[in-house]
Amino acid sequence: MATILAVDDSPSIRQLVAMTLEGGGHTVKLAENGIGALDIAKECAADLVITDVHMPNMDGITLTSELRGIPEYRYKPILILTTESSPEFKARGKAAGATGWIVKPFDPSALLSLLDKVL
Amino acid sequence: MSDDMDMSEIHDIFYEESYEGLDVMESGLLGLGIGQPDLEIVNNIFRAAHSIKGGAATFGFLPISKFTHGVETLLDQVRAQERIVSEDVIEVLLESVDCIRRMLDMFKAGNVPDEASSIELKQRIDTILALPSGGAMKAASNGEVSEPAELKQWTIQFSPSVDILKTGNEPLRIFNELRALGELKIVSDISKLPDIRTVEADSCYTQWILILDTDAERKRIEEVFDWVSDQADIIIECKESDITNSQAQTTPIAAALELPSSEAESAVAVGASSSNGKNSSSTKESGSIRVSIDKIDALLNLVGELVITQSMLARHADGAVAGSEAQGLKDGLLVLERHTRELQESAMQIRMLPIGASFSRFKRLVRDLSQKTGKKVELKLSGENTELDKTVLEKMSDPLVHLVRNSLDHGIEKPEDRLAAGKPETGTLHLSAYHEGGNIVIQVDDDGAGLNRQRILAKAIEKGIVSPSEQLSDDQINNLIFQAGFSTAEAVSDLSGRGVGMDVVRRNINDLGGRIEVSSREGKGSRFKIRLPLTLAILDGQLVKLGSDVYIFSLLSIVETVLVSPGEVRKVVGNGNVYRLRDDYIPVVRLRDAFKLRCKDSIKTYLERDGELLVVVESDGQRIGLFVDELLDQQQVVIKSLEENYKPVAGLAGATILGDGNVAMIIDVPSLIKTLDIAAITSKIEDFAA
Repeated sequence: MATILAVDDSPSIRQLVAMTLEGGGHTVKLAENGIGALDIAKECAADLVITDVHMPNMDGITLTSELRGIPEYRYKPILILTTESSPEFKARGKAAGATGWIVKPFDPSALLSLLDKVL
Repeated sequence: MSDDMDMSEIHDIFYEESYEGLDVMESGLLGLGIGQPDLEIVNNIFRAAHSIKGGAATFGFLPISKFTHGVETLLDQVRAQERIVSEDVIEVLLESVDCIRRMLDMFKAGNVPDEASSIELKQRIDTILALPSGGAMKAASNGEVSEPAELKQWTIQFSPSVDILKTGNEPLRIFNELRALGELKIVSDISKLPDIRTVEADSCYTQWILILDTDAERKRIEEVFDWVSDQADIIIECKESDITNSQAQTTPIAAALELPSSEAESAVAVGASSSNGKNSSSTKESGSIRVSIDKIDALLNLVGELVITQSMLARHADGAVAGSEAQGLKDGLLVLERHTRELQESAMQIRMLPIGASFSRFKRLVRDLSQKTGKKVELKLSGENTELDKTVLEKMSDPLVHLVRNSLDHGIEKPEDRLAAGKPETGTLHLSAYHEGGNIVIQVDDDGAGLNRQRILAKAIEKGIVSPSEQLSDDQINNLIFQAGFSTAEAVSDLSGRGVGMDVVRRNINDLGGRIEVSSREGKGSRFKIRLPLTLAILDGQLVKLGSDVYIFSLLSIVETVLVSPGEVRKVVGNGNVYRLRDDYIPVVRLRDAFKLRCKDSIKTYLERDGELLVVVESDGQRIGLFVDELLDQQQVVIKSLEENYKPVAGLAGATILGDGNVAMIIDVPSLIKTLDIAAITSKIEDFAA
């Protein structure tokens, strides 16, 4: 099972994601914004990153491109979990190097099966 | 995540963060300039709205997410500078904050808000959104015509660009996804593979032809490629379909994984296994945890018990142990005392919250009220970091709202009146909080007209609160506004005078063990000063002796203590006694009579002194004197509820256990005054004084 870094500024969403992923047997690291996520990402090599877009200090898109600049994370799957579903946002995410886009509200079981696909 | 974290707990977290988000939105909106808003503030507001919407959708609070969606769209336009921030926009957004708050309240209470409550506001938002000054909302993408679900063979030419791997996209994953749709055959084309010496490991040179037998629609297949559509040439052809058609079908399609949230809860409840790898993550999270208030109170209660045990030990050690061996014990007890005190202070600290959050609510209130009244008011806040017990803070909210309303309604004058009086057009309302002598003081100052004493007095006489013949000091007249049934508003306005008077304000504050004072200078302004105890669990007590028993007054309720010589107490008609305290006659009562205590030895203590000790206490503006046998120490005592441990007793606020293990009763001055039927005596005082 994988180590997953989940990033969201909302405590409730963070808990829900953590609960879902841990329910799927994964180890979860949590961060509340991009800056915190980068700190954790540098400390431990996560197998996958799931991040929100709108967060204070550093948003998820910036985080994605920052992560892509770290050799360990160049090919790791980075999923964006957000309520944004506009093509513009998706294009920005894609340009930053995101692997996939999950629109909130998300279905926990679908999230898990998606993870199985990308891991 | 531990197993005991269930959905309802996550919901609670969601409520709390959403309320916080609404506060962020509200204070942000209030600080937002018209026309040229600070983008940082707009971003904060937007993020808060966005989080609320996302959370609400995720946890199934659909009316909230639906409503907040419109709010978010409007904020997004402001953020993109497509929408000018007008007074209207701020107003509708502020009302939206209220509306979302109401919906949250309802969900929290276990109800589902009906759409009617938000429909009007939603329409107003939609109207603004439809206005041309902001870019029109993007047209929703048209749904594509779906194809019939029959088994077809699709040929897909998939030619990714060389750097597709660099974006984390793994073709194998795409193939697996296609396999989930049906039977897949893959043909690789490696003709583009360069000479082995120039191969870059992270480049992709392979192209594929995929043959898929599936009953899935074209749309499903396109979705699989959605994410890589701009990094690859993709040609999807159906065997029967027209080839010329296919190129156009490779446009990206929105929403890869939009799923209904109804399944979310059931699925999540099953999850949750133990976590070992989470240790580092929790330290990375914010430096605070949410704990239920019950747990904190249980802890405080235990600490209270410990304080009592410690002082019991100290007392016994003092009396019983002597000799050199005792020194070690005594030293140890001293350390224990210090640690116990520190522990108590830290435990108490847990319940303390800065008053700032509660103050900032007033920005909104002042804004709304000044708009309504046409007055110009600047709100100043100071001491926002002063901390107050959570319960005290919550219970102070209504009284403070009333005082602020009152200042705006009766205190601060209309701009033209202010100018005429030679004052700046804009009035100032200053809310401050600070520590003073072991208490917390909250102060409401305004630079308005001040209290109109003639009018107050006239009103009080009209209402029969005072008799026309009475001579009252300025201070006494000011304090008349706290009398029950008093309201000077000449016309009952929308703001004050809704049946809740200053008497209720004072009662609420008294109930918290606090006091309110007013001072005022005509034409210059008024000041309301509220003194509150630091905490409700501990009381600064004055210990007094009645016979062999110890009783405790709250220090806050004591005005002064005087030595009264025999003969200074006069009898009035009936059973009442009065004492002349400077210019006032106050009713006096023997506390031992009030509690129906009978002790012989007490007479002696009177005679040893030149007089009797009279403790003057005040509650609800009523001063009375209570004779006690002896004044003992002042000390902090831990309040134990009589209701929980025994039953409620009139005149007593609770009990405490003293260092010697004895139980002492804490006197509840307001309730004692009620029980003693002081009103009967006060009515006689008039006759007496006249």
